[in-house]
Amino acid sequence: MQNTNNSLFQRIDTKLLFVYLLLVLIGMSAVFSVEYRTTDVSIFLMKKSHMKQAIWLGVSLFVGMLILFTESKFFASFAYLGYALGLTLLVLTIFIGKDVKGSHSWLEIGSFAFQPGEVCKIFTALALAKFLSSPETNFNTWKYRMIGIGLALFPAILIILQKETGLALVYFSFFLVMYREGLPISILAIGLSLIVLTITTLLLSSLAMFIVLTLLAALVAYLSWRDIKRNVTARGLLIGIWAVCILFSQFIVPITFKKVLQGYQIDRIYSMLGQEVPDKYRKDTEDGHSSKKGNASDYNVTQSKIAIGSGGFWGKGFLNGTQTKNDFVPEQHTDFIFCAIGEQFGFVGSLGLIGLYIYLMLRIIVIGERQRSAFSRIYAYGVAAILFFHFAINISMTIGLAPVIGITLPFLSYGGSSLLSFSVLIFILLRLDADRQVLIR
Amino acid sequence: MSYVASSRPFVVRIIFIATAILILLRLFYIQVIEDKYKLLANDIAIYRKIVFPPRGVIYDRKGHVMLYNQLVYDLVVTPNDIKKEFDTTTFCNALRISKDQFCTILKKIRIKNGPMRQGIFFEQLTPAQTARYQENMYQFNGFELVERSIRTYPDSVGGALLGYIGEVSPAMLKKDRYSSYHQGDYLGMTGLEQFYEEELRGQRGVYFIERDKFNRPTGPYKNGELDTPAVGGKSLQLYLDAALQKYGEQLMANKLGSVVAIDPSTGGILAMISSPTYDPNLLRGSNRARNFAKLQSDATLPMFNRAIKATYNPGSTMKPLTALVALDMGVVTPSFGYPCSGGYYACGRKIGCTHEGAGHAANLRLALANSCNAYFCHLYRLSVDARKWGDVKVGLHKWYEYMSSFGLGHATGIDIPYEGSGTLFDTKDYNDMYNGSWNSCTNVFLGMGQGEVALTPLQLANAMCIVANHGFYYTPHFVKAIGNIQRVDKLKPYLEKHQVTHISDSTFSTVVYGMMDVVDKGTGMIARIPGLEICAKTGTVENKAVVNGVAMKMKNHSMFVAFAPRVNPKIAIAVIVENSGFGATWAGPIASLMIEQYLKDTIASNRKGIEANMFNAKLISSYTYLIDSARRKKDRAIWDKKQALKNGLLKERSTFKTLLETSKKTGLH
Repeated sequence: MQNTNNSLFQRIDTKLLFVYLLLVLIGMSAVFSVEYRTTDVSIFLMKKSHMKQAIWLGVSLFVGMLILFTESKFFASFAYLGYALGLTLLVLTIFIGKDVKGSHSWLEIGSFAFQPGEVCKIFTALALAKFLSSPETNFNTWKYRMIGIGLALFPAILIILQKETGLALVYFSFFLVMYREGLPISILAIGLSLIVLTITTLLLSSLAMFIVLTLLAALVAYLSWRDIKRNVTARGLLIGIWAVCILFSQFIVPITFKKVLQGYQIDRIYSMLGQEVPDKYRKDTEDGHSSKKGNASDYNVTQSKIAIGSGGFWGKGFLNGTQTKNDFVPEQHTDFIFCAIGEQFGFVGSLGLIGLYIYLMLRIIVIGERQRSAFSRIYAYGVAAILFFHFAINISMTIGLAPVIGITLPFLSYGGSSLLSFSVLIFILLRLDADRQVLIR
Repeated sequence: MSYVASSRPFVVRIIFIATAILILLRLFYIQVIEDKYKLLANDIAIYRKIVFPPRGVIYDRKGHVMLYNQLVYDLVVTPNDIKKEFDTTTFCNALRISKDQFCTILKKIRIKNGPMRQGIFFEQLTPAQTARYQENMYQFNGFELVERSIRTYPDSVGGALLGYIGEVSPAMLKKDRYSSYHQGDYLGMTGLEQFYEEELRGQRGVYFIERDKFNRPTGPYKNGELDTPAVGGKSLQLYLDAALQKYGEQLMANKLGSVVAIDPSTGGILAMISSPTYDPNLLRGSNRARNFAKLQSDATLPMFNRAIKATYNPGSTMKPLTALVALDMGVVTPSFGYPCSGGYYACGRKIGCTHEGAGHAANLRLALANSCNAYFCHLYRLSVDARKWGDVKVGLHKWYEYMSSFGLGHATGIDIPYEGSGTLFDTKDYNDMYNGSWNSCTNVFLGMGQGEVALTPLQLANAMCIVANHGFYYTPHFVKAIGNIQRVDKLKPYLEKHQVTHISDSTFSTVVYGMMDVVDKGTGMIARIPGLEICAKTGTVENKAVVNGVAMKMKNHSMFVAFAPRVNPKIAIAVIVENSGFGATWAGPIASLMIEQYLKDTIASNRKGIEANMFNAKLISSYTYLIDSARRKKDRAIWDKKQALKNGLLKERSTFKTLLETSKKTGLH
């Protein structure tokens, strides 16, 4: 069934490739605008980030070409091996990783540093595609569902051990893939419920939480009194849910906050909720100062909102962003690169960029749905889900809709491993799509 | 898995799109609807740098600088930028302060501004401090020298007229008048500094500078298209003669009173001394507040500009005006004589006259020269009771109009603020005072300058200008030109010639000759300068002060008014030395020395003795420290009492009385 009539390059989805290149170029201009100074003698200064990014783009395109010239079946057969390689790297990182800003997630080889957690997304996407598409896998059974979930989340656990929670959360995006492949909606519903429960637990005192949950249970019992009276299962279910909720809010959340989470993470979560960190969750940071109100992430978000908000409807114009140009927003060429767009191009520019992302993701879904082989389809959904998570959380955190968890904006943020891994994700998809009529296992 | 195939991809797409819409709604809110972020951005990222223009310089008539700007250095500090390895000892040695002081100041700044913002650590370093500091400057991270200019008075004269500048107060900022000022701005608080504030201050420059998160400037905002450069203040050129001013201040040292000298041909003020004076350099820079309080609490009132605010009965110095009015009304001729034998008895009581010899008031010139009280009381009565008025109430009003046109009873309009208006009663005021029943005997003293007439020294000098000019004057003023231009709107009122009366030239001549006789052979012979025709009038003014709630007669004020030379007069002068005695004893010599200094530029050797006497005389009565006179404010009196109590001078009210009596007995005035 191989389509031998057309050459490889004619079979490539040019729309996807075009949007990819456009986003990368926008990213480079944004990085350039952030660091540009009127005193610069040339725009080709090697010490500037945009030139480094250009080199990374060159590397990415080169790797992309290599991928395009690779046999598409290779990716399926390589999937588990790659996954194993990725896990090995992650475990290795826990021990020999480099400390960067409190996280321990970077591996250094010579002068070259990268985040295995970033690269492992590719392997996980491939491995999950391989697993879900394999004929032995029956995703209607809980056994295979659990294996799938484990496959997706195991790297996340290793990444959490590297104190890079933000990156770990990205792996939760694979639930979207599994949902597409038949994971019951109830699992997602339970996940959402737990998030809501966590937030209310943080906002209310434990006693209030107890009363609220009990009253809610009582209300449900009253409304469905007939069922409760007659049906033992219903009775047990209600009591069970109530007990789990109590357990979760009274013990699991406090213990997680006290023992598992880092001080800055707690700060960020509370900062997003617009609350002060309560004394019981305050932690001493490394230099012995306890975290306090007005913390760093608060400052970041405030500055970032000022930068974006000051852009107005039309923006201040390219290279005219006073906030981004003058370094008010920390990490602005990496995690907060969206500020540069928001400030210089205003709402119109933001709308255009978000439009591009949505087009990209919907295009990937279209590509996924047209695949003959399940492997390619599932992989496409994986790419879309990863992109979606990064896109939604990154932009949301710059405008105060999500906690600052330090993940990059795909293709725009400065950073080699981020650009390279997103490029690889896209190019593998392009390669698989070029062989969409081929059955890949 | 076919059951999911149709709906789930759709749900995934919905999730993508819904999230994007949520984000866009939020973006629309913060970018388009909410203004807060734009304002914040400008606030944070664009720094309005204000460049203060140099304030205008003030020159005297000869181009001598009276007031200029001196560069000084302030030491500012950003507490957080001080590194651990900061060498406090070297730093303290350079400034000659103790470590404790260092810590205290730093703590204050920390509390006031927070640790991140700059605060002034030390104001106005001395040149020595600056030098020592600069030697080791590279070690002192966090500290910075900031240039600032302060007003400097090289001759230390003329504080009262030049005025001082001060920081604009929050109360002032609320007023529309000061809408263009910002907190921290300095502006003229009094004197010429206040009156010519707009001219002197120049225009502030505003530069918009982009800065980064560390407040480091990164370049001009929008390439400087919104910037406005600073424009320096205009200079003022005065009529004042700095040398004469200084000389006058020396003559008036240790005396209470004032000297006002005016060039009659222009109305330009040549000198204005209010004594005791103060060194205007005290009211600049860092010591201003402390010195200000000190001066404010001084019982001799150095901050009170007597020359324009204090009012005195003119006494005999009024007589030339009385004569002019009587002559012009036609009630007497220059040859009119009065048989004075040492007093005026026509009103049923004796009004004493210092002269008894027959013929000392045989005509107007003689009466003026000898300052006969009886003669001028009579002249006054003849004027207001003249048949043609029919009634004294009409006559007095006419008399009032004459005197008013001489500039009495209302402010002259000089170009410094807070001028007093003096007192001059009209018919209505007497009607109010005496319930309508009064006659020319009631206020007969007006003819000799006592009673309900009180003038400021400036009004007195201005009246002399009118006499010297034979009937016209220019509003007295200091400023000749603003930024070298004389014809500016602000100075227009001072270029206008005021023709005050239609008194004939010959009438003026009569009085002028009489005044010449005052110096040649009358009461003011002490003022004679060989080769100069000086016209003058002495005045010895009875006065009362409220002591401990009782009006008490104090020692006479010594007064002297003069102008010279008689033909084409160049200077008209009024001198008042409070509570010192005869007009000819103190005020006369001072006026004459001032005239000599101004017209001849030097004091003749045979007059050096008089000059030395004037320099050395200490004429401030010890009462001064005890009087709560009317011109003193209530709070000042309270402060004085407190001060007196503190010094053990005044234990209670009774002691005050005893003290007063002892001082009387011991002959202190």
